[in-house]
Amino acid sequence: MRKTNSPSSIRDQLRKFLPSNHLLPALLIAILCLSLFLSLSTESFATSKSLVNLLEANSYRLILALGMLMVISSGGIDLSQGSIISLSAILAALGMKQGLPVSLSVLIALVSGALLGALNGLLINLTKLDAFILTLATSFMYRGLSLILTRGIPLTLLPADFRNFAARDFLGMETGVGFALLLLLILIPIYRFMPWGHYLRSLGGNAQALARSGVSVGAYRISAYAFSGFTAALAGLIISARLNSAEANAGMNMQVHAICAVVMGGTPLEGGRGSLLGTFLAVILLGLVRQGLTILSVSAYYQEFITGGLLLAALIFAELREVKTRPKNS
Amino acid sequence: MSSSPLLKISALSKSFGSVQALSGVSLEIDKGSITAVVGDNGSGKSTLVKILSGGLQPDAGNIELTGHSYQKLTYRQALDLGIRTVYQDLSLDPCKNSYENIFLGKELKRGPFLAHRAMRQKAADLLEGLNIHIPDLTVPVSKLSGGQRQGLALARALLHPGQLLLLDEPTAAMGVRESEACLSILRQLRQEGLTQVLISHNLHQVMTLADYVYVLRSGQVIGHSQVADLSFADLDQLIKTGEGHMCQDIEGGPHA
Repeated sequence: MRKTNSPSSIRDQLRKFLPSNHLLPALLIAILCLSLFLSLSTESFATSKSLVNLLEANSYRLILALGMLMVISSGGIDLSQGSIISLSAILAALGMKQGLPVSLSVLIALVSGALLGALNGLLINLTKLDAFILTLATSFMYRGLSLILTRGIPLTLLPADFRNFAARDFLGMETGVGFALLLLLILIPIYRFMPWGHYLRSLGGNAQALARSGVSVGAYRISAYAFSGFTAALAGLIISARLNSAEANAGMNMQVHAICAVVMGGTPLEGGRGSLLGTFLAVILLGLVRQGLTILSVSAYYQEFITGGLLLAALIFAELREVKTRPKNS
Repeated sequence: MSSSPLLKISALSKSFGSVQALSGVSLEIDKGSITAVVGDNGSGKSTLVKILSGGLQPDAGNIELTGHSYQKLTYRQALDLGIRTVYQDLSLDPCKNSYENIFLGKELKRGPFLAHRAMRQKAADLLEGLNIHIPDLTVPVSKLSGGQRQGLALARALLHPGQLLLLDEPTAAMGVRESEACLSILRQLRQEGLTQVLISHNLHQVMTLADYVYVLRSGQVIGHSQVADLSFADLDQLIKTGEGHMCQDIEGGPHA
């Protein structure tokens, strides 16, 4: 049925000004403008130390966002990332406290992170529940397990070998920066040019079409969540090594920052597409905003508020962009 | 016609809760023929296609393909057995481009990497051979017209033709000219020996294209006949009222 013409809404008016395929340049311009503004506003910004700080403070955020990107582009969402951060780091810390070698404890954390993520994917496959609700539920369960294991007491004084995770071993920067960039580089061919990424995006684009093509949709969904859990565990280890502590409250709400970066980077929440470079640039942009607010002595409370506002803006922007690019007959 | 059918379905039943979608459906499809399955909305046509393509598991009954019996099929099994399907919803990934959709699930690779150039070239050749015109194979499918998408869904099913082609309303989104081109392709495929099952609401299409027709009503076969022995009015009446002059005994079907 043909729609009757109605006066243009604000949404229609806004849509005309939104670029459909120019998000990456827009992110770059935003980064450059913000950098220029901060350089002019304060002397302490335009230094190499400031750049190192930016990369170090956002290495684990990039790792998390890359995991979230895989899940979102496959049509899902993972709200349990923050809880897996704490639980996997606690498992590693408990292992080390029990006298296990650091390498084995780290391995346990990474494997358990991947397994916790895989459990999310498996439960979604079995129950057919919405990923938002299901991972919200498991996030409480995983956080609860962290509290049960530690009784709410932080595990501190971790072995020196483990704290090397936070040592400046990568071009004078923390090892976490190396892990994040390595992960990004590894993912570029796997996500863009190999079947795994191709099928993950198809899972978000039309899961039924993928299944009808004979591809095991359930296995790919589990792999996306397992990867997200793995990245959360890696992020948890980096955070834990930086703080020399593993605690149940670690990683609280960090999945929201990851979602924010993925959406700002040009990946639609309904999946089907995904941008590694966009996600990377969005992590840097969000990091710059946080760093800028800190340099300008804005209170941490306002920073949370502004991050939430940015997420809201990113979601509105993404929705408007999707509507603009969506075909009229679909 | 051959003496033994390519596909023989016996007493196939499927229910969804209290709704009986298929009830003891039996039919036979001859090799190299086009068999139409017609019926009103809710008669069970699409459920039958979904069972044959591996998307649904029947509650009871048997599927016999080239002499081998199956209680149920998965998508993978159906594809491996050479069953290709053009779905009513087309089953395309709107975010992927034309050649990626054609090759979805059977991508060409160069080492561990997807061979995009080779897939694009092969897809272009396939579409040209089928006379399906899509100007740019690299734009997302969401930007194509309904007719182009339907052509693409047909092309995907014919990438590796298999032995049985299931067509669920294959021309529903096409214009007159595109429909004629599609029907011409289906006739050509019949000449090449490809067996086809056509689900269609378009009775003119059924009368001009199909060799044999089965009529479903409330999940049951209420009649079947050679199309040549049937008038349009008889078929139309049987679909609408469930009454008419068609054979209602499967043993008296194409192999009687």
